[in-house]
Amino acid sequence: MFIGYFTERPYQDQKSGYFGAAGRDIADLGISNREYDPRLGSDLYNRYLDEKVYAEEMGFDGLMLNEHHSTPFCMGGVVNVEAAILARITKRARIVILGNVLPIWDDPLWLAEELAEIDMISRGRLVTGWVRGTGRESVAHNAQSPFNWDRFQEAHDLVLAAWTRSGPFRWEGEHYNYRYVNPWAKPYQQPHPQIWIPGVMSRNTVKWAAEHRYPYVMLATDLEPTKGSYDYYDEVARESGYEAGTQHRGYLFKVHVDETEELADQAARKYVEGPSNPFLEGNQGIVRPYLQNLPGMTSRTNLLPTVTSFTQARARGRLAEHEQATAEAEGKVEAADQFGTYENQKERMTIITGTPKTVIPKVRHVLEYLRPGSIFFWDGDGAMDHDDAMRSLRLMGEEVIPATREIAKELDLKSPFEVDTMTNDAVAEEAVAAPAG
Amino acid sequence: MTTAEQTWTESTTEVAGLGVRSLQGGSGPAAVVLHHSSGNLGWIPFYEELARSFRVTVPDLPGYGQSQRPAWARDARDVAILMDRFLARVAPEGAVLVGLGFGGFIAAELATMHQERLGALALVGAAGLQPEEGELLDQMLIDFPEYMAAGFRDDARYREFFGEEVAKEVRELWDFSREMTARLSWKPYMFNRRLPHLLPEVRTPTLVVAGGADRVVPLACARQYATLLPNSALEIVEGAGHFVDYEEPQALAALIARHAGA
Repeated sequence: MFIGYFTERPYQDQKSGYFGAAGRDIADLGISNREYDPRLGSDLYNRYLDEKVYAEEMGFDGLMLNEHHSTPFCMGGVVNVEAAILARITKRARIVILGNVLPIWDDPLWLAEELAEIDMISRGRLVTGWVRGTGRESVAHNAQSPFNWDRFQEAHDLVLAAWTRSGPFRWEGEHYNYRYVNPWAKPYQQPHPQIWIPGVMSRNTVKWAAEHRYPYVMLATDLEPTKGSYDYYDEVARESGYEAGTQHRGYLFKVHVDETEELADQAARKYVEGPSNPFLEGNQGIVRPYLQNLPGMTSRTNLLPTVTSFTQARARGRLAEHEQATAEAEGKVEAADQFGTYENQKERMTIITGTPKTVIPKVRHVLEYLRPGSIFFWDGDGAMDHDDAMRSLRLMGEEVIPATREIAKELDLKSPFEVDTMTNDAVAEEAVAAPAG
Repeated sequence: MTTAEQTWTESTTEVAGLGVRSLQGGSGPAAVVLHHSSGNLGWIPFYEELARSFRVTVPDLPGYGQSQRPAWARDARDVAILMDRFLARVAPEGAVLVGLGFGGFIAAELATMHQERLGALALVGAAGLQPEEGELLDQMLIDFPEYMAAGFRDDARYREFFGEEVAKEVRELWDFSREMTARLSWKPYMFNRRLPHLLPEVRTPTLVVAGGADRVVPLACARQYATLLPNSALEIVEGAGHFVDYEEPQALAALIARHAGA
C-alpha cells in the first residue's frame, strides 16, 4: 500500500469577499488577477510546503501535487517548481505529480528536462503523472483544444523517447518538431520514473492507461463509478494480455481527521467553502460549461453519451459532457452544487471525516470495496486553515496511517512499488525501501 | 416547405478526396456563397433572394455540416485552397464569390491565390484581418448562443430568428461547427497577418459589406479591407448586425446583384 497526501493549495484570501459563505460567486476564469496579493501568495506557498514536510514526518509515502492555471482554487500553475523544492527539502517521501498538463506544453522536451532534474535532485523519488487538463488549462495557455488528445499522446511519446533513447535524434511529429533531441539530463530512476495517470471520466484515458500498464488514479469520484472504471481498466488489461492488480489502481479521496467529531465536522465543511475547486460538488463556485467543454476536447466520434460515461461524469458532481453541451446551448451557467451538499457527500463517503476511531472503519470500507494499491488522502482544502491541516496530519500519522497499513496488509493491497505494473512481478526488497535522501 | 415547393437541390462534389456537399438554386451567372463559422443552416431566405439573380451554390465548408473533414487542414488558407478547387468544378467559367464572416476570410484568402477565377467578390462582415480598432469577438470564450446573439443587431432579433428555444439540430450544427473552427482558427484567432500584404494584388471588383451594428467583427475590418483592396467599394448596412445575411436578406442580395451587374 502506498499512502499519499494531497491538497489543491487554494489561494485563500480572507479579505477577498469570495471566501466562505459571505462572499461573491467564484466563476471559473471569472476573477481578475488584479486582486492577487503576492505577499499572501508567498505565505500560502510556504505554508503548503511546510505541510508537505510535516506530512512526510507523519509517515506519508507520497506528497501529491497537481497543476491548474489561472484559478484561485489551485496555486500549482508551475507545479514543477514546488516539486523541485520538495525534492530538496524532503528526504524520504515520493513526490507525485498528478499531473503535468501535457497538451498545453508547446515544448515538452523542456518538461522532460525539468522532470529529470527533479528526479535527480530527489535521488529518484519522482512519480510522474500526466493529464489532458480541462478547458481552463487550454484557454490559459492557449492550446488548441481539438488537438488536446493528440498532443497528449505525442508529448508523452516524446518525453519518454527523450528519457530512454540516446541522443541526438530528430523528432518530426504531427505537433512537435525538434532537430536536436539530446537533453543533458536524465532521470535518476532508470529507465524512467513511474508514470501514473490520474483521471475522472474519460474512457479514452482509462483505456490508454491500461494499454500502457500505467496505474490509473481516480480523483475523488464516487465509489461505484470508480469501481466501474477499474472494471473497465481490467477489461482493457485482459484484452491487452495481462491481469491488472491492485498495483494498477489508485484512488484519491477526501479524508479529514480531527480531535473530536465536532471539530472534524467544522473543518470538513470547509472542503466546499472558499476558493476550492469549483468543479467539485457542493462547491460555491460556478462552472462555465462552454469553457469546460471547449470544442474538440471530447472526440465527436464519441459524441453520443453512453450510460457509463454519463455515470462517470456525474460521479464527481460534474456535468456530463452532453449536459454541458445542453446547458451551453441553453445559455445556462451551472453551479456545481446541484448534485450534493456537504452532508450528502459525507453520507456517500466522498468526504470522510471524524476522529481516527470513526474514520478508520470508513477507510477500511473504501479499501475493501475498491481494492486500490495506492491511495491519497485529500485534506487541508477549500477554506481549511493551517491549523486544520496540521491537526489532521498529526492524527493521520499517529493513528490512521498505521491502521490503514494493517488493513492493506490484511487485504493484500500492493502498490506499484511492491508489484511491478509492467511485469506483475514482485519488486525486489531493496528497491522497495525508500531511497536515501 | 414541401418537396413540391423546394426551389433548391443538393449535391456532393469531390475535392481532394473529400465529399463537399452543397445546395444549389436559381439561374443566371454563378454565385458561390461561403458560410459563417457557425455553419450552414440550409436554404435560408438570403439564398432564395440571391437566386433571383444568380445560379447560387452554397457548399458546406469542408469539415462543416455534411462535408467531410480535412483532418489535415490547419487554417483558413487550407480551406481556401479546397474551395478554389471546388469552384473549378462547380463554376469553371468564373463566379461571384460571396463570403460571410469566416467565409469572408476564406474568400479573401482564395482571391489572393486565384483571382482570375472570380468575376466579382463580396465580403460580408468578413474576418481575416486584425482590426486596427476593437477586437474580434472570440467564440471560444463565451457561451455559443451568446456568441450567436451578438451576431444580430440585438437579442430580440436573435430570438426572432432562432426562436426562444434553439432547435436541437441547430445546436448540434453549432457544436460541430465550433469544433472545426477551433481546428482552423485558434491563434491568432480569425485573422492572418500575411493576408493584408497580399490583398493589394487582388484586382477583382469587390464589395465590402458590414452591418452598422456588427458586434462580432469590428467595422474597422471592413474599412481595412476597403483600403487594402484596390478595386473595392464599402457598404454599411445600417441597423444590421454581423449576420447581415440573416437580418437583411433582400437588401444584401440586391447589393450583391447590383455590384455584380446581374
